[in-house]
Amino acid sequence: MSNLNSLTYFWPELILTITVLISVVADLFYRKEESYKVAWWVLGGLIFTMLAIRLGGSAVTDLFMGTIALDPFSVFFKILILIATVFVILMSFNSNELKDYRVGEYYSVLAIMAFGLFLMASAIDILMVYLAIEVVSIMSFFLAGYLKKNPHSNEASLKYVIYGAFSSGIMLYGLSILFGLTGTTKFMEMQAAIAGLSPDSNLALILSAVFILVGFGYKISAVPFHFWTPDVYEGSPTTITAYLSVAPKAAGFAILIRFFNQVFGDSSALVSESWQALNHIPWPQLMGVLAAATMTVGNLVAIQQKSVKRMLAYSSIAHAGYMMMALPLMSEAGVYGIMIYLLMYLFMNLGAFFVVIYIQGKTGGEDFEDFNGLGWKMPFVGAVMVLFMLSLTGLPPTAGFIGKFYLFAAVIKAGSQYYWLAFVGVLNSVISLYYYFRVVKHMYFKGERSETVVMPESNLVTTVLLFLAIPTFIFGWYFGPVANWVSESLVIFQGM
Amino acid sequence: MNHLLSWIIWLPVIGIVAIAFIPRDKTELIKQVSAAATGIQLALAIYLWRIFDAATGTFQFMERAEWIPSFNITYILGVDGLSLPMVILMALIGFVSVFVSWNINTAVKGYFSLFLLLNTGVMGVFLSLDFFLFYIFWEVMLLPMYFLIGMWGGPQREYAAIKFFLYTLFGSVLMLIAILALYFTCGNTFDMLVLMDTAPTALSGVLWWGMSAIKVIWVLLFIGFAIKVPVFPFHTWLPLAHVEAPTAISVILAGVLLKLGVYGMLRINYTMLPDGVFWFAGALAVLGLINVIWGAMCALAQKDLKKLVAYSSVNHMGYVLLGMAAVIAASGMNGDNLISAQAGINGAVFQMFNHGTISAMLFILVGVIYDRAHHRDIEGFGGLASQMPIYTGFVAVAFFAGLGLPGFSGFVSEFMIFIGAFPVFKTIVIISTIGILLNAAYFLWAFQRMFFGPANEKYNDLPEINKRELFTIIPLAVITLFLGIYPRPFLDMISATMNVLIEQVVSLGGLASVM
Repeated sequence: MSNLNSLTYFWPELILTITVLISVVADLFYRKEESYKVAWWVLGGLIFTMLAIRLGGSAVTDLFMGTIALDPFSVFFKILILIATVFVILMSFNSNELKDYRVGEYYSVLAIMAFGLFLMASAIDILMVYLAIEVVSIMSFFLAGYLKKNPHSNEASLKYVIYGAFSSGIMLYGLSILFGLTGTTKFMEMQAAIAGLSPDSNLALILSAVFILVGFGYKISAVPFHFWTPDVYEGSPTTITAYLSVAPKAAGFAILIRFFNQVFGDSSALVSESWQALNHIPWPQLMGVLAAATMTVGNLVAIQQKSVKRMLAYSSIAHAGYMMMALPLMSEAGVYGIMIYLLMYLFMNLGAFFVVIYIQGKTGGEDFEDFNGLGWKMPFVGAVMVLFMLSLTGLPPTAGFIGKFYLFAAVIKAGSQYYWLAFVGVLNSVISLYYYFRVVKHMYFKGERSETVVMPESNLVTTVLLFLAIPTFIFGWYFGPVANWVSESLVIFQGM
Repeated sequence: MNHLLSWIIWLPVIGIVAIAFIPRDKTELIKQVSAAATGIQLALAIYLWRIFDAATGTFQFMERAEWIPSFNITYILGVDGLSLPMVILMALIGFVSVFVSWNINTAVKGYFSLFLLLNTGVMGVFLSLDFFLFYIFWEVMLLPMYFLIGMWGGPQREYAAIKFFLYTLFGSVLMLIAILALYFTCGNTFDMLVLMDTAPTALSGVLWWGMSAIKVIWVLLFIGFAIKVPVFPFHTWLPLAHVEAPTAISVILAGVLLKLGVYGMLRINYTMLPDGVFWFAGALAVLGLINVIWGAMCALAQKDLKKLVAYSSVNHMGYVLLGMAAVIAASGMNGDNLISAQAGINGAVFQMFNHGTISAMLFILVGVIYDRAHHRDIEGFGGLASQMPIYTGFVAVAFFAGLGLPGFSGFVSEFMIFIGAFPVFKTIVIISTIGILLNAAYFLWAFQRMFFGPANEKYNDLPEINKRELFTIIPLAVITLFLGIYPRPFLDMISATMNVLIEQVVSLGGLASVM
């Protein structure tokens, strides 16, 4: 579709851009103490963006001369990203870490990041892929280092920059090899060109696939590209850690699914029968091994952490691993599993991080010891934290179980050659119980059993916690509508 | 009454909702509400037994409702002669346990909410006929148990709680894989009734990594259930959890939760994988034997009375396994011995029920002495018989019931198991009778050390067992005695269903060779 016509389908992104501009200007009129009010402008903009997405319907088309796709698949991820952004902004009001800083541009940058994530979820041209990933990365560097007086935050930002630059450089190299082989930047055209390549170029193809995987793997923090994750997650403001563990991961999976199926696969459908370009190596098995390694490493290291925040950082690696199980399956059920898992993960993970933020504000720390006796002193916060921990472990009747259920179902459905992956997955769930329930142990079994009860003094905290906890619980036993929504979203742009 | 089974399952949840509105300092009211919820549940369970048609072995009072159609998940409940005794047992033990917990006074609100949630989970497992629903209820039990052990337990409670949780979760995730494998190989359904029909044929001849799919699924399910039973070598969580748990929770754990494992095997392994039964029966009998001997030997070595009772559970559940294995006697290659298959399997279910009542009694009695003396060291007592004669009398009843003295229900079920298993597993049955001897030894020896001999000066002013405690123990003692003398009402209730079960195993299994 031509550039001008495309604009009529581009309202959500346009509104988001306008939101950024307005919030930057609005920030100029606020003094430091009230700079948090920028957040209301951003929230308003996000709500209009959501409306624009809903009004856009379920069109399937390309935009801007075939660089961006508009399809229910990308819409699903955009909604996910928007929900995450809204929650993170609401959580930021209560952040203890941010209150010494001018936060106007913090909210503007979150909106820019959401814009970049939108592009990641819908890019169908490698130039756009690179552009989108860079927008997201640069905003992430900025946000990770937002606490400029805190050395850990500075370290996080610097580490992130170095890893980010390195991996996107490698990815760019892979993309350029691909361009050299095919002479085009568009996914569909690349696929057609690869089908006609002579076997001499197999090695180059495999190299480019591996290099590109480095770039995407870094975004979803897959082992062995995960080394940046714990330090960055620990040093960043906790609100940003929460955001990084959810939104870029979702967008990363979107781009991973779309790119590998449509460029290296044998059809432009949502899932291909095989990765035609990578038939010469056991690519699905390699992806399976990566998934198994990701969840195992994430879990085993999470056990040893002293800080709850760092534990959640490692556990988010493990969650990426669970979702990666579905990548080698080449089945719609697998993509479905990833999408439903991401949705469930959004609520439970943001919830867990929000409790950490709240406790940090109360006790000044985020170690396991800081949670001692919490369940007795603050029964409400304690109870929802138990719910989030249950859900992250994947126990019914919580959302996390349904997510895992769909993922494991996809793996089992794919046939007995993948059963080993399901075994690794369920054993990892058992391991994760140990460290998630360490939090519960500290909340209820350690420390003094206080007789006086403290409720959160701010209604906002209670409301946000409830909005995160209710879906985490309800989706655990009534997930029919969600499941239907996800299956309607399994439509992808397949070329003209 | 419509939806009778749903009422039985969800009554405790109504109780939880009611408790949520009661201020935390009104502890008496909270206890009364819990007693009311479990009391009505018990009344409904007895009513269910009265209107249950014992002549047919099929499922009755079925309930069916759409739940998640896109994944073929349905809310299906039903009761037959296998689940009915378990429901009655749970209702009874649940009701009794409320009174056992009457002296809990920290965080009463939390305790009884979790207690009732546990009740719902257990009832749900016994009554659900949809695999997904079954699994949800199965897992729902874990969290309340974790908290009940971890918050109201003994000195090592944190370790005991997480160990229990990890062990059982390990078992249940393997079960989840098996459930999904059954779903996808047997026609995309979680409906157990359908699976009972389709699974035996759909799975025969299917190979996974050179192994029969039946074997793989059997083993996965078996490990999941065996951890719950617990079958050696998965039993190590049990003594710890029992010793650390508060009395009422030990009562439920031994009385009902251990039955879930056996129930699962009979309900699922036996009906859906009948070929596997023939393949595994020998191993089952051997594991049963190990449980009997090992449990008895460990019990003999214990100094802590509660640990002794805990190991006696391992010992008693071994007989159940032995009785279950006897089902193959009815097949052609084992001489069409239907009578002994019936004796074995009826005995196994009867033993489950009897162990439920007897071990509940034992744990309550351990709790009684612990509340008074604040320790459970067998050697630390002596001569209690003169001090607490009524208590001693009840301990004698419980111990004799536990060691299988004729006249008590435990004798009947163990006897049935032995005559059932003897034609097929002669050697194993002969060796396992040593278990009976050891069984008598550890109970009698403990009895002698605690109640006879010179009186311990320290305990001269121990108060006698009180009325509340008597109220909890007498119903169980009466049932044990009654069924020991006249077991027919119980056996009538289950035998039609057991015949259907034997028929299912024998007609569908044992024909195709399991690779």
